[in-house]
Amino acid sequence: MGFLIVQFLTGLSDASGLFLVACGLSLIFGVSRIVNFAHGSFYMVGAYLAYYLIGYLPLGGLSFWASILISGLIVGLIGILVEVLLLKRLYRSPELFLLMGTFGLILVIQDLSRWLFGSEDLLGPRCPGLDGSIDILGTLLPQYDLALIIIALLILLAIWLLLNRTRWGILVRAATEDREMLAALGVNQSLLFTSVFFLGSFLAGLGGALQLPKGGADLLMDLNVIAGAFVVVVVGGMGSILGAYLAALLIGELSAFGVLVLPQSTLVMMFLIMAVVLIIRPYGLFGKGKSGEYEYDEKTSAPIQPASERLKLAGLGLLLLVLLMPLFAGDFQLVLMIEIAILALSSMSLYFMMGPGGMISFGHAVFFGGGAYAAALLVHHLNTPMELALFFAPLLVGLLALIIGWFCVRLSGVYLAMLTLAFAQICWSIVFQWSAFTGGDDGLLSIWPSDWASNRIVFYYLTMTLCIGGILILRHLVFTPFGYTLRACRDSALRVDSIGINLKRHQWFTFALTGFFAGLAGSIYVFSKGSVFPDEMAIPRSFDFLLMVLLGGIEALSGPVIGSAAFIWLHDLISRIHFWQLILGSIFIFLVVAFPRGIAGFLDNRFGRIFSNHIGPRA
Amino acid sequence: MLAVNSLNTFYGKAQILFNLTLAVQAGEIVALIGRNGAGKTTTFKSIMNLVPAESGKISFKHQSIYHLPSYKICKQGLGYAPEDRRIFTKLTVMENLEAGKQPPRRDFKPWTPEQLFELFPNLAEKRHQDGGTLSGGEQQMLTIARTLMGNPEMIILDEPFEGLAPMIVKQLARTIRKLKDQGVSVFLSEQNLNVARLICDRAYIIHRGSIRHESPIDTLSSDQYEKYCSV
Repeated sequence: MGFLIVQFLTGLSDASGLFLVACGLSLIFGVSRIVNFAHGSFYMVGAYLAYYLIGYLPLGGLSFWASILISGLIVGLIGILVEVLLLKRLYRSPELFLLMGTFGLILVIQDLSRWLFGSEDLLGPRCPGLDGSIDILGTLLPQYDLALIIIALLILLAIWLLLNRTRWGILVRAATEDREMLAALGVNQSLLFTSVFFLGSFLAGLGGALQLPKGGADLLMDLNVIAGAFVVVVVGGMGSILGAYLAALLIGELSAFGVLVLPQSTLVMMFLIMAVVLIIRPYGLFGKGKSGEYEYDEKTSAPIQPASERLKLAGLGLLLLVLLMPLFAGDFQLVLMIEIAILALSSMSLYFMMGPGGMISFGHAVFFGGGAYAAALLVHHLNTPMELALFFAPLLVGLLALIIGWFCVRLSGVYLAMLTLAFAQICWSIVFQWSAFTGGDDGLLSIWPSDWASNRIVFYYLTMTLCIGGILILRHLVFTPFGYTLRACRDSALRVDSIGINLKRHQWFTFALTGFFAGLAGSIYVFSKGSVFPDEMAIPRSFDFLLMVLLGGIEALSGPVIGSAAFIWLHDLISRIHFWQLILGSIFIFLVVAFPRGIAGFLDNRFGRIFSNHIGPRA
Repeated sequence: MLAVNSLNTFYGKAQILFNLTLAVQAGEIVALIGRNGAGKTTTFKSIMNLVPAESGKISFKHQSIYHLPSYKICKQGLGYAPEDRRIFTKLTVMENLEAGKQPPRRDFKPWTPEQLFELFPNLAEKRHQDGGTLSGGEQQMLTIARTLMGNPEMIILDEPFEGLAPMIVKQLARTIRKLKDQGVSVFLSEQNLNVARLICDRAYIIHRGSIRHESPIDTLSSDQYEKYCSV
């Protein structure tokens, strides 16, 4: 009995920790519609700051709590800085650019923390006065766990009062509904946004500082915590603080007890809960659908144009260059080109889903890594020759995409994106934990091409044929009736629905198509590398693909190819430098601020006329 | 008080307003009459900079408000109640009023919720209900009341009578006349000449994005109206 109570309280304490990270994120999203990827980084910085402050503050027993509060405030100020200097410039850009900007922030903060705080994992100090355990019917529970439960409840109450009993709260809630109207009523939204961002960041820093005695501080915290925070926010309903608390509770308790039944379920549990909740309640426990929201700005992008004659000629020239490359390029360049082609196909498939398909995926690596694993498993367990593996692996991934897509297309927007992340994480956990079948963390080794293709130049041509072929097929599809319908679905779901088009089925098919081509890319990839590891399916990999697409720009068809090339080139160029993440992150931030339409969009803006069929000003 | 000069506004590539010019004096109730798609709402949104104009001049109390952020325009004393009401549905009536509240203006008695409830008795008993639960007519009153909480010197009402029952139209018309008595100028849009005659001093007829006719409401003939506004 005592064990069950302690297990329950442990679950509650974990839930409190989750809530502390998630509530700030939810608050910020609710008002500004910003999905702040860097929220986990703020959390990490809060933990580090508290660690050092506790050491320096000469306040005795008080210094612990004072440090936590000060850390939260400092992180809040950092939040203001970020909002004013970076995010304000991006409010008018497409949502994806905000994502990319905040993702750049993750990289920058990651390296700055490494530089400031060192890369060693820090063990958290104990909380003075609360460092013991209490005995509950024979089982021990740390006192600090109880303290966290109470603190989380107090913060929940404080936020509730702030939102429901103050003028500031009324304005914040009004802003979540209709920002434009609020401006017409004389409210300076800009200031309101900044204040919300301050509070959200403050809560993140506070959360990080508060969990210091439990988890310490390390450089992996940012990404570790952000996925969980997103799940909580989405399950609770974006923008709902009470929802976030209940979601955290649900996840905390189900995980605490799920582990007793199924010890292997730790990594999957959270994402499984999210998948189930989103299928039953697409907008989360307390979330409201779009119906209550005023559609104040319908962002329409310029329609994609088929390439002009000149542009086609330029493409042909590029193709010729690629084909002639083995004549003059060294081995290293060929390897680089192979990687670029593979990633270009994969990011092209993601582009197809995001651009024409209008569905953002945070879990694209599940298809890419899935293809790599499908091929590797076929070779490893069934001794399948490369040719057959390259044929069957994409089909298997296409099938997987059909299953995942069936769930995902029921949602839209950020919710859909989060569900893709959940499925990717579930698949990753399976691969990671089922080591008997997949090799687990050690991966699968010795997956080499057939003899005839083992020559580098032959493999180069094989890769180019498959990848360029795949890219051209996807490109072609954009200009078929299927592609037109898909874009219509993206631009106005309602109108498409009313003229008798089955929107969901088109999106579902897009998932399968995306999966197939990403799977093809993944299966070639595994033969080019000779091995595959769970990393290929993990969250950072998904972000890589997102970055490639964003780097190229989502308004141009050539975007993913240019983006992949730029990404690999950049990565290769700067990964040898010590603080390369800082540089990469700064480049991303610079890019989104300077080129809000991506590189390809920028090129089109500047030099589009040269490649246009018509001379003279473009309409 | 409000002067608009040669205003041109686009939605994307489509021009909606063409050299639109009009003026509203202090203490007037002026109607902007036109049929659907004539550009009434766009005119108002351009004035409030909710849809930024391409070119032109807009001044309020002899100061340019052209391309000023919307919230600053409101703070100058120009209130706006949109056509589609845009009540904050998840806020109560009282909270909606609070959201519209602005500091009092000099030489001007600030509006309080209690005064507004006298003006709009229907709202009084629903003060703690969510905005989303109100009827169409009540929402319309709440929009106006919410805008008045900003203590405007002039209020823009975009089709305030649209979709209201005849009884409510009369009640609202009386209320708007009362506003004038209290020193608030009113600039409203309307499709129906008879309704406009009920309360307005002067009228502009807008057609295809520019002003085609201007006269005191008494001398505005049905023919003039029919010419541009009959369907």
